[in-house]
Amino acid sequence: MKTVYINSIGSISSQKTFDNSEFLDDIISYEDNVISVVNPTYRDYISPGDSRRMSKGIKMGIVASKIALNDAGLETVDAIIIGTGMGLLKGFEKFLKALLDNNEQFLTPTSFIQSTHNTIGGQIALGLKCKGYNFTYVHDSISFESAMLDAKLMLENNEANVVLVGGVDEIGDYTAELHKLIHHIKTEKVHSAKLLKSQTEGVVYSEGANFFVLSNEIQNTSYAVIEAIKTYNTLGNININKVVSEFLKENNLDIETIDIVVLGNNGDITHDYYYNDLSAGIFNSTQQVYYKHLCGEFNTASSFGVWLASKILKTQKLPEAIKLNTIEASKYKTILLYNQYRGENHSLTLLHKC
Amino acid sequence: MSRGVAITGMGIISAIGNNVEENYESLLEGKTGISRVSKIKTIHRDDIMVGEISFTNQELEQQLGLSSDNNYSRAALLGSIAAKQAIVNAGISNINKYKTGLISSNSVGGMDMTEAHFYDYFQNDAIQKYINGHHSGDSSQKIAEQLGLEKSFVTTISTACSSSANAIILGARLIKSGQLDRVIVGGVDCLTKFTINGFKSLMILSDTFNSPFDEDRKGLNLGEASAFLVLESDKVLQAKNKPVLGYVKGYANTKDAYHQTASSDNGDGATLAMEKALKVAQLSSKDITYINAHGTATINNDLSEGRAILRVFGNDVPLFSSTKAYTGHTLAAAGAIEAVYSILALQNNIVFPNLNFKTQMKEFNITPQLELKEKELQTVMSNSFGFGGNCSTVIFSKKQ
Repeated sequence: MKTVYINSIGSISSQKTFDNSEFLDDIISYEDNVISVVNPTYRDYISPGDSRRMSKGIKMGIVASKIALNDAGLETVDAIIIGTGMGLLKGFEKFLKALLDNNEQFLTPTSFIQSTHNTIGGQIALGLKCKGYNFTYVHDSISFESAMLDAKLMLENNEANVVLVGGVDEIGDYTAELHKLIHHIKTEKVHSAKLLKSQTEGVVYSEGANFFVLSNEIQNTSYAVIEAIKTYNTLGNININKVVSEFLKENNLDIETIDIVVLGNNGDITHDYYYNDLSAGIFNSTQQVYYKHLCGEFNTASSFGVWLASKILKTQKLPEAIKLNTIEASKYKTILLYNQYRGENHSLTLLHKC
Repeated sequence: MSRGVAITGMGIISAIGNNVEENYESLLEGKTGISRVSKIKTIHRDDIMVGEISFTNQELEQQLGLSSDNNYSRAALLGSIAAKQAIVNAGISNINKYKTGLISSNSVGGMDMTEAHFYDYFQNDAIQKYINGHHSGDSSQKIAEQLGLEKSFVTTISTACSSSANAIILGARLIKSGQLDRVIVGGVDCLTKFTINGFKSLMILSDTFNSPFDEDRKGLNLGEASAFLVLESDKVLQAKNKPVLGYVKGYANTKDAYHQTASSDNGDGATLAMEKALKVAQLSSKDITYINAHGTATINNDLSEGRAILRVFGNDVPLFSSTKAYTGHTLAAAGAIEAVYSILALQNNIVFPNLNFKTQMKEFNITPQLELKEKELQTVMSNSFGFGGNCSTVIFSKKQ
């Protein structure tokens, strides 16, 4: 089986991450319950006409993918695999409102087309003239991990050599209001620095696009090796410490070999105990990192985690703002990421320095 | 990646039957499930025809033994029914015994509940339980729960009309590579106002019975359905010595990269998908004995697919037919229900007729199979071509 590398990255998030020459040099703090992204100059990548027609999610996907392709020095790829938990919410909300408000009359197809989950991958393929494999995964908080797992399978088995993988989600304003109603989004505004101390239900909701070129050939731009990815629909009543220990054992690793653990804490008092159990449990002597105070929570927020870990492994730097405890790792070689949303769809991703 | 991928169980619910046997009977009798829509209140009622499943949500909830406070969308209900049938058919009693996964697919998730309650959520606490059921992964999580699947790989694919064909492809690849021993693969979509109006706005809905590959075809009929297949590895088969219904022999997914909704007139993506699938199966085009075509009866698909078939098979086009005239186009579920029909064709050595065909298309001279035909079948090719040019082909075989 071939080794799988992350050869390049492209990120649009609530931090200024679209410039690959920087690494969280100026942290942006928020005091809100819904936060948007720091927009790159879309017209540097997309014609003004296309830019007007396209919804935010499509634009973020196209630009993040172009940043990743430029970073790897590529024109196109063999396959495109997208993860999006909620899909194109703006198009969906627009079409459904028009349908309900006008009693199914006077509808045009644009917002219907721009509500379809595979439109992001489709538009990227159209731009790259890529006729290869094109999949879209839409499974809650493991949408991105499913895409990465699929790409890894392809590359290990030589079904493809270069695969573009991305996680994208966009804010839908009405959907956000609905999720506040059921307390999945916090009803009060929270300062970024106090996210984990909020003691309230729900998350600070956001959006973003994080893209990666994965390959079975290393190049001088390479960031990391993807050692393993595993997802779990539920954990039943099994403790997370046991699950992670089993995962490490399956990969012939022990806890000491993990230099940094990247956790998906989102400040939701009803579900953060999974992370807290690990922090106080098997990783109590390990350097811990968190990131959702920087990028917010959305179904593919874990792709920001992979972006972060890739940056740490390549630059060998670790920004102060992401430290969750005071333990300092002696080296940045092996990173484990753990994420879940509302107690379901857990994922473990193991990255290694090239 | 050399291991065999056996199909050991199937389950299905569609407009032509509530299980595999009923679907097979309808296919043999040439009985269509297309009618006027009865369960959705739409102003387009008299302008469209659909393939509707007769059970109400309440009846489906009863069959599954759900309590009245459940928050299942119709997709979750239909998917649970079909997936449970597949597990029973495969004789699986302990789902967590082997490394088992579930790969489902859908196009609009819990849209039926979202569109019914969209503006009422703020006033009515009782319906708020449906808010988080909107996203596409929700029904898959519920199907996994119904099957008793825990701590497992469960995911959802959404690539429009090729979604469940792609679920089969991913499942086959996971078994071939040894990552999983057993995968339940399939998909589900229910009828919604959202999709009816979406396809209406694209102007590709027929006002009468859809007629695939007919010169005067007027578009598609939407349908609702779910189907799941159980794929198992050699390892499980050796341990269990269970009957095999067929094998997943080849597969491919390609992208037309031509237009945001339509397929290219020459069927570039479709041609590539069929050719690549043959290559994965290590078969030549001559080995295919029947094609279950995508054949949606839209002007665009049937022209594009027909031309692609000619490009791949030349003067030797095998028997082909579309079963969309029976079930309607069931979107994300289409690839899985047609996989069930392809296996039934293989098992029974029967080619199902393409209903409602009257006039030969002008652009080419190939004609679908119009009568039920008995023929020794070894390999069946099934096409699923999605909105946005997402093209998938799966090849099923009798022998490994």
